[in-house]
Order: sequence, then C-alpha cells, then structure tokens
Amino acid sequence: MNILRTIRVALRALFRNKMRSLLTALGIIIGVGAVIATVSIGQGAKREVEKRFDAMGTNLLFVRPGSRSFRGRHGGGGTYVNLMPSDAKAILEKCDAVQYISPSVSTRAQVVYGNKNWNTSIYGVSDKYPDIRKWAVEDGIFFDENQVRAGQKVAVLGSEVNENLFEGADPIGQIIRIKKIPFSVIGVLEEKGESGGWFNRDDQIVIPYTTAQRRLLGIIHIQSIDISAVSMERTTEAVEQIEEVLRIQHKIAPGAEDDFNVSNMAEIAEGAAESRDVLIFLLGGIACVSLLVGGIGIMNIMLVSVTERIREIGIRMSVGAREKDILFQFLLEAIVLSVLGGVLGILLGVGASRLISIIAGWQTLVSNFSVVVAFFFSGIVGIVFGFFPAFKASKLDPIDALRYE
Amino acid sequence: MESNNNLIRLEDLKKIYKVGETQVNALSGVSYNIKEGDLVAIMGPSGSGKSTLMNIIGCLDRPTEGKYFLEGEEVSTLDKNKLARIRNKKIGFVFQTFNLLARTTALENTELPLLYSSTSKKEMMEMAYESLAIVGLKGRELHKTNQLSGGEQQRVAIARSLVNNPSLLLADEPTGNLDSKTGKEIMEIFKKLNSEKKITIILVTHDSEVAQITHRRIYLKDGQIIKEEQN
Repeated sequence: MNILRTIRVALRALFRNKMRSLLTALGIIIGVGAVIATVSIGQGAKREVEKRFDAMGTNLLFVRPGSRSFRGRHGGGGTYVNLMPSDAKAILEKCDAVQYISPSVSTRAQVVYGNKNWNTSIYGVSDKYPDIRKWAVEDGIFFDENQVRAGQKVAVLGSEVNENLFEGADPIGQIIRIKKIPFSVIGVLEEKGESGGWFNRDDQIVIPYTTAQRRLLGIIHIQSIDISAVSMERTTEAVEQIEEVLRIQHKIAPGAEDDFNVSNMAEIAEGAAESRDVLIFLLGGIACVSLLVGGIGIMNIMLVSVTERIREIGIRMSVGAREKDILFQFLLEAIVLSVLGGVLGILLGVGASRLISIIAGWQTLVSNFSVVVAFFFSGIVGIVFGFFPAFKASKLDPIDALRYE
Repeated sequence: MESNNNLIRLEDLKKIYKVGETQVNALSGVSYNIKEGDLVAIMGPSGSGKSTLMNIIGCLDRPTEGKYFLEGEEVSTLDKNKLARIRNKKIGFVFQTFNLLARTTALENTELPLLYSSTSKKEMMEMAYESLAIVGLKGRELHKTNQLSGGEQQRVAIARSLVNNPSLLLADEPTGNLDSKTGKEIMEIFKKLNSEKKITIILVTHDSEVAQITHRRIYLKDGQIIKEEQN
C-alpha cells in the first residue's frame, strides 16, 4: 500500500469524524499556537533590545578602574584612582582598532536657572562624545576640542533637563549654574528615551571633562573612558590593544592582575539578550507541556478509534493487509491529525502574536525557524503518540477482529 | 511438487486451544484433499471445528500440528506477513455478516484487496467494476453500503472476494443473514462462478438445501471428518 493511498485512507477516516478530529487536534492547535505566540513575543523583545543597543553603538567600549567585584561594573568606579587623561591619550595614539575616545567624569549636582532648579547627572566628556554615543545635537552645537582643552564653562543639555529648566524657552546662550558656577548653554541633545531601565539618558548635562575635573570635582584623574572601536568586528581586537597599552601605562608586572577593566557593549548586549532567552525558554517550556497534553489527547482518541474499528481492521487483514499496512494506516492518521493541528496552530499563533502587537503594542516577531520547528514538532508528536495505538491495531488477531461486535 | 491437481492438501491437521488450564481440541486430525474447481460444503453442528478448519484453510490461522499445502506450497509454517500475502493473492472471503466497510461505496469496498497489492488506481477501478458486474451490481457501484439491501451487500462482498482473481473462495454461512429467496440468488452466483470461472469454492453452512448445490459435503464432528457425501 503506497503512502499516498494510505494518506487518503487516513484523511477519509478523519473526515468521517469531523467533530472528534477537530476536538482532538485542538490540543495540538493550542499547544503550537502558544509556542509560536510566546516565541514571537520573546523574539520581538529581543529584537527591540538589540535595536536599542545598536542605537547606543555596538562598537562601544568602556574603561573603568579595576575593583574587587569581578565584572567591575557596579562597584567599580572609584575603587582605584588610577585612570589619567594621559592613559586616554596613549590609547588613542597606540591602538589602531580604536576610533574615538572620550575621557569621562561624572557627578550629580543641583542646577539652577533663574527661579528653577533641577538635580541631575553631570557628565564631563570630550568633544568626541556625540560620535561615540551616536548622539546628535538637536539644537545649537557641541563643544569642540579647543573648548575641552581650555576647560571652558559650556554645557550641552539633555532634553529632559532642557524641558525642566527652560519649559520650552530657547536655552541657547542662557547661563545656568551648576554648583553655583555659571555655564553657558550651547546646545541640546536629541531625545533618546529610556535606556534598558537603568537610567534616563535624557536627564543629564554634558560639559567638557576638563571643566568638570577642575571646577566641579577638583580632581586630576578621570573616572572612565568611553571608546569606540573602528568597527564592531574589531571590538575584541580593540579590547586587547587597550589592555596592553594600559598595562604598560600602569607599569603592571607580567602575570599581575589588571587594575582596570575594559568592558564591551556587545557583551553587555549579549548579557541582556541572555536573560531574555531564559524567559523565552521558560514560556516555551510551558507551551511544550501543552503540546505534550495535546499529544496525549491524540493517543487517547486513536486508542478509542482503534477499538471502534477493530472489525474494519479484521476485514482489512482478511483481504491481505499486513501488520505494517495497519500500523502505517493508523500512524498516518495520527500524524495527519497532529500535522493539521500544527498548521492550524501556526495560523493561530501568528494571529495571536499580531493581535498582541496591536493590543499591547509589543513588538512581536514570528521567525520562520519557529514555524518550521513547530511544524515538525507536531509531526513528531503524532508519531510518538500515534505509535502505540497503531501498534496495538497491527497486532490484532484477524479472526478475533472479524468476530468483534 | 504435487503430481495431481489437488488445490488443497490437509495432512493430519490439529488445532489445540489452551483456555486457562484446560485444552480444547478444536481439530483433532483432519486429512483431506480438495481438487481444483471443486465446490465443497463443510457441515456440522456448532463446536464441531468448522470455523477453525475454515480459518486454517483461509490462512487466517495456523494449525498446531499437521501440514497444509495450498497449490503445492506448504503454508502451515509461514509467518503472518506471508500468510497475509497469500490471503491477498489466492483467497477470497465471504462472511455471514458481509463485513463491508461502513459508509463507503460498493466500488471502494470491492477495491479493498487491491489496495494491499501493487495495482495502479486505473487497474483497480477496472477490476472492481468488472467484479461488480459479475455479481450483477452494474450501475450500483457508487452506492454506499448502507443504501444497499442485504442481498446486494453480500454481492458486494462476493465481488470483493473475486477482485484479485483468487484460486480459492471461502464462504462462511453466506446465506445465514438472508431470506431464502435472496439466499438462492447468492447460491446461484457461487454456482455460476464455480462452473464458468472454475473457481474452487468451500462453503460452511447449516442449510442442507444450500448444501445440495455442491459437489461434495463433508460432515465434521468433534474436530474430525465423520462423513463425506458426493453428488
């Protein structure tokens, strides 16, 4: 009995019991639909995070003083006071994988304009800051190299600071006071929006790092260095070069531990993506359980179907059906049932994720991969859960089967 | 190989069923030969071993002891798959309760044995139409089984048993569920198949009137042949 004929026989048997077939497939439909929908939400969220990190720059590197905590991201800054502007200069000169650098210091301060005041983060950076962070000035200009070298008292406002201090009035050329020191506003940065929930990037003021060192903090060291690699592909190379240069700058003996820490935006992005992946796996796992339950439903109905059709099996055997013919017939019925369920489930899942996009406004992404996986998985469910009933059917004794009432 | 034209040769067939601790001897030593083109009735009270003998001859079952040769080939030792092939190629069954597939057409029912042999869809149709014509169901090929009368259903069953051009046709109480007039019509079909197509037919029946049309009658009791009559 060839496959096509067997499929036709299977389809005919399933159509004879439309309602039951539909209800049986429902388990698979919902299971596959849930898998497709959850994975699409996860993929969409992942894509969104990637997009945000892309906007920040995937070729972005940070150098911070070393600290006792392994990653040095949270407790890191200020544990050592050993980064100097000369380190930054050395990196720029000696590392050919590095494009721009921006020595950086930061503090929080009360900012006053007229009768308004606002507490915000003050970042002292270099003139390359907009290039490194891919952050354009919306209004006015950014300070240039000379202004940095001279330590001029100029400030570029984040959009939120601008809104709070000036409330729509033109800030360019106005004088604000940071820790009572007057700065003239020369520009406003474009709005970036929330970033990964850590802080609001629009709520900050950037000034030349030299000015921040001398006027606001009274220090000669810097707290960190923002660096952009020539390209994303060369970030790893850049990290190696920076480490080498800094070890020489800091006269670190071979084998001794670094007293600084170079982190890589791509790595941070990966870390964020990883935590998303865990969530996707968790949701996907739950969806898989529902697929499993759907499979058990198929097995249940196929067992009922075999019992109901014992006589048919007997007739088929008496006219020459072999064990494997019967096995294939019932196995194919289960597979057709679960694959049809899978196809309907895929449609349901795609529809559900569209609906979620519209209603909740989340970005969802149905990947071809998840559709293919769901399709084959439903086929496998059919094989696994259809095998036992089909096997039982094939092992029936033709005489008993013919006599069965 | 067989020197004569015996289609069936049975040598001391025994069938023993174990029911718990007790043994039931359904057949206790049956030896018999049936020639090609014969028309034989197996008769006997219930429990005499008629059905068991039919099942063995029909390759649905294997004897516990003894040998069964069909067309000179020993089939009593074949495995399930090979027995299925033989049922498919050489044997046609007609049952008391017709045993047609419900909610399928006469044509599809007749095609059923061909599904399990390598026959093209076109050949299948041609053979099934021809077979249905032989049993007098021309024009009713696409009727579903539940739209057919008992006699017509049994004709479909006969068409199905014929479709593979078997050398042996086995009928188990073929008229048992039919009224006497329809029963006679069915028997006429068997007679015609035997005389015109030279198909060997073995019938199991209680009805002595039915048995009268056969060439020979075998009487079974307690798993043994006790009497043989010839016309």
